[in-house]
Amino acid sequence: MNAVASPLLAVVVGCSAGGLAALQLLLGGLRRPLQVPMVVVCHSGSEDMRLFCELLATRSGLPVREAEERQLPEPGQVYVAPSGYHLLVERDGRFALSVDPRVAFSRPSIDVLFESAAETWRGRLLAVLLTGANSDGARGCQRVRELGGRVVVEDPRTAQVPTMPAAALELAGADHCLPLADIPSLLETLCP
Amino acid sequence: MAAEIGPPANRSGRAEIDDIEVDAFVQAMARRHGYDFSGYAPSSLKRRVLQLVQTLDVAHVGELTARVLRDDAMVPQVIAKLSVPVSEMFRNPAVFRKLRDEVFPVLASYPHINIWQAGCAHGQEVYSLAILLKEAGLYERCQIYATDFSDEALVRAQEGIFPIRDARLYSENYRAAGGRHTLSDYYHARYDFMKLDARLKERVTFANHNLVCDGVFCEAQLILCRNVLIYFSDALQDRVLGLFRDSLGRGGFLCLGNRESIRFAPSARGFVPLDAELRLYRNNAGAAA
Repeated sequence: MNAVASPLLAVVVGCSAGGLAALQLLLGGLRRPLQVPMVVVCHSGSEDMRLFCELLATRSGLPVREAEERQLPEPGQVYVAPSGYHLLVERDGRFALSVDPRVAFSRPSIDVLFESAAETWRGRLLAVLLTGANSDGARGCQRVRELGGRVVVEDPRTAQVPTMPAAALELAGADHCLPLADIPSLLETLCP
Repeated sequence: MAAEIGPPANRSGRAEIDDIEVDAFVQAMARRHGYDFSGYAPSSLKRRVLQLVQTLDVAHVGELTARVLRDDAMVPQVIAKLSVPVSEMFRNPAVFRKLRDEVFPVLASYPHINIWQAGCAHGQEVYSLAILLKEAGLYERCQIYATDFSDEALVRAQEGIFPIRDARLYSENYRAAGGRHTLSDYYHARYDFMKLDARLKERVTFANHNLVCDGVFCEAQLILCRNVLIYFSDALQDRVLGLFRDSLGRGGFLCLGNRESIRFAPSARGFVPLDAELRLYRNNAGAAA
């Protein structure tokens, strides 16, 4: 581990098919809230992500809510991108939304969140890519690494749907690649 | 060959160059062509400018700037590409149903109704509104101003032609919005396109208006501006909400996009939620107690 690395400012998470179950395991595996905000894009096909947030909050005991336009994310909170909008991080660290065309067939797109977060938080960002059936997130992971941030990819061999983590590994590589069950303790180590 | 001298330009160096070049592009558009994007939210603007670089097949943003400075003929296309927000007919049907059920009955009390669709893009929502107003028997009393700052978008909106592949989604939305007939009553399908009935735009004036710099031009009873202000910085959002407040008569209605937040805008203080969830507000500014 790099001893001189600055503490993280945020964790971004992307997932698609199988995402809800994976997020429940990820958040449920944390013994306490992280000391940074966590921002999630999950393609769910749902019109309204608030029920999704409630499910996650109930299962994990963590504060989970929909990301709000122009809001400054707070440590310990989990934010989920609303349905039908891309979620971006502005340079001042606040959320922005857009209805620009789909990216990688998705809106919200993981690439859009990861790329904008990378440009804002640079080397102090950790990106986590989980299960999914498309290749959204691969370019985003690439961008995160280019700008000095770290990337954790769920091991495709144990992911519910391996396509997405495999696509990210192929394009961007990763700083860590491990089974979902081991990711929570890694997050706790990286965000002390 | 001096390329190997010094550290190689890394990817994070290129990100910084992109930022500098986007700033220069914004300056060029403002000073040379009078289109000021400096009040736009930077991350989406940057994505769109980089997208434009790909679409126009130029090497980088710097080359785009050089071309746009010298080639006036490029400007409409550039503006169209920087502006186009995607929409659909009856997007978020619950909003249109609410307009029909709770806003139209109030509008019906006016002998003449002005409606402003700000940022109409390709017009899907203008036609949606026109259909519901017709079904409510109010259309003949309406004047609808559909404005956008992109001339290309206005031309498209006036044509009222959309891909037929969207017809099914639009029909479902129309029914969910409380439409009384079937959507196909309002369009003709030909080849891969649907063309909306020209009678739907009899009471619509399509006009160029730039929310960044233009002012009040009518007194409206209803303003729709959905998913436009999300692209603006706080200051520009506040300016435009002030413009809407000044354009709306007392008790006038404002309809924004489903996930927009106006809580940081001082100019929004006069807007009272009619349905906060659907981002439907009423102008209370200057209202008698």
